[in-house]
Amino acid sequence: MGKLERLAVNDEGFIFDPETGNSYTVNKTGLFIIKFLKEGKSEEEIVKALSEKFDVSEEDARRDLVDFMEQLRLYGLLEGENV
Amino acid sequence: MKEVYEKPVILKLKTGMMNKFGSSPAYARKVRKDIDGVPVEELIEEFGSPLFVFSEKKLRQKFREVKNAFTLRYPNVEFSWSYKTNYLDAICAVLHQEGETAEVVSEFEYEKARRLGVPGNQIIYNGPYKPYDSLVTAVKERARINIDHFEEIADLEKVADELGVKPRVGIRLNMDTGIHPQWSRFGFNLESGQALDAVKRIASGGKLELVGLHCHIGTFILDPHAYEVEVKKMVDFAYTVEDQFGFKIEYLDIGGGFPSKNRLKGIYLPPEVAVPSVDEFAERVCSALLSSLRPGDYPKLILESGRAIVDEAGYLITTVHAAKRLPSGLKAYVLDAGVNILFTAFWYKFNIEIDREVHGTSEPCVLYGPLCMNIDVVDDLTYLPPLPRGTRLILSPVGAYNVTQWMQFIRYRPAVALIGENGEVDLIREAEDLTDIVRREKLPERLKLEW
Repeated sequence: MGKLERLAVNDEGFIFDPETGNSYTVNKTGLFIIKFLKEGKSEEEIVKALSEKFDVSEEDARRDLVDFMEQLRLYGLLEGENV
Repeated sequence: MKEVYEKPVILKLKTGMMNKFGSSPAYARKVRKDIDGVPVEELIEEFGSPLFVFSEKKLRQKFREVKNAFTLRYPNVEFSWSYKTNYLDAICAVLHQEGETAEVVSEFEYEKARRLGVPGNQIIYNGPYKPYDSLVTAVKERARINIDHFEEIADLEKVADELGVKPRVGIRLNMDTGIHPQWSRFGFNLESGQALDAVKRIASGGKLELVGLHCHIGTFILDPHAYEVEVKKMVDFAYTVEDQFGFKIEYLDIGGGFPSKNRLKGIYLPPEVAVPSVDEFAERVCSALLSSLRPGDYPKLILESGRAIVDEAGYLITTVHAAKRLPSGLKAYVLDAGVNILFTAFWYKFNIEIDREVHGTSEPCVLYGPLCMNIDVVDDLTYLPPLPRGTRLILSPVGAYNVTQWMQFIRYRPAVALIGENGEVDLIREAEDLTDIVRREKLPERLKLEW
């Protein structure tokens, strides 16, 4: 099981990492992406879902997703299967 | 109906740590869609990005504010525009219209002022390096020359012989006014007696008429008291000169150095709090003058204020070219303007405004310029919401020194626009292109490439 799957995430965007004890907050779009990542969705699927739900082009969504994944990686939240 | 999009952001929560800076809440975010009523986007469409924009309204307003502060307190004041701060023709012309004379520090600036139509006798010629030929011209055209060193006294005596005239000159003093660093490299030192030696030297030569004293204690001076000390020392010295040598000191030029509402790096308080008002400076200077001058004696007070007048009239519009994430987790933006055209970024923390509402949490970020050099940092830590590519940032105040100290390194220098008092927009300096840079180059025949 990947790191992401173990995170406790509530509906308001509060995230708790039981391994390290660190907590995080994410905004609405960030939460949306994390939920998809936890379900093991691919980047392309997430980009599509983002552009369907939010007022954003696929191109911008793709660019922002790359940056967001980068943030997760820097916090050590992406590893194993998610990398 | 789709939901409003915000760039995805994740923030690590830290407890037990003090954060006195806050993270710039949404209400503190600064949006600027226009400059003096002209939309930012319209300016960029017409002149390209990056773009320097000056507000004529702000410039005149600022000058009048400084002028009133002094003229209300002392009856004989002259303002002389410090060319080095900004010598764009249009900016100088506005200030000359407002009644400023020209203060130049090189033969180039002297020529530029003359070309603009400023008469020689309305020019003050300062600086440590005045080539001989330029002294001949300046004396012929009756510019006011403030002497920096003994060699220059000799040069001017030679000019006097050559032209058969007795030039009226000033000498530059340097002194201890209680501030650091003390500028001691320009002019003659007061405390050591060097300044008095210079007067003796001028008197014994008999070829020059000493009529003025000049001093410039430093730059971005935040302590008005320093000017009070400067003025008192200058008045005392003027009377020593008058009593001992029979010269009449007609002007006291106290230089410039007044700060603008810019934020110096390393100063915690915002400029609105840290920077004293111009009235405080004027009060100190003028009351020091009135309390130390002899009754009925009102020598001309000359001010060479530059930054305090033009800095806040200048803006730079720059565009976000790329966003990236640094290994430290810090967000970074690459802008199309860097230290090549924003020399003052080395010591100021600019006010940053965004041209549109951007949704999302503010994040700590660093702003880089377009140069492939590590030093090209416009702001090493600020808080901005996630900016999409193409967002314009409006940086200010940038009106002082940037358009004179900018360098043509790797990139062309951008256009400069002026917004008039009635909202008219004029291009006052075109963006450079290759012809500007290669015009002076010569390629030897034998090196011509045959590809």
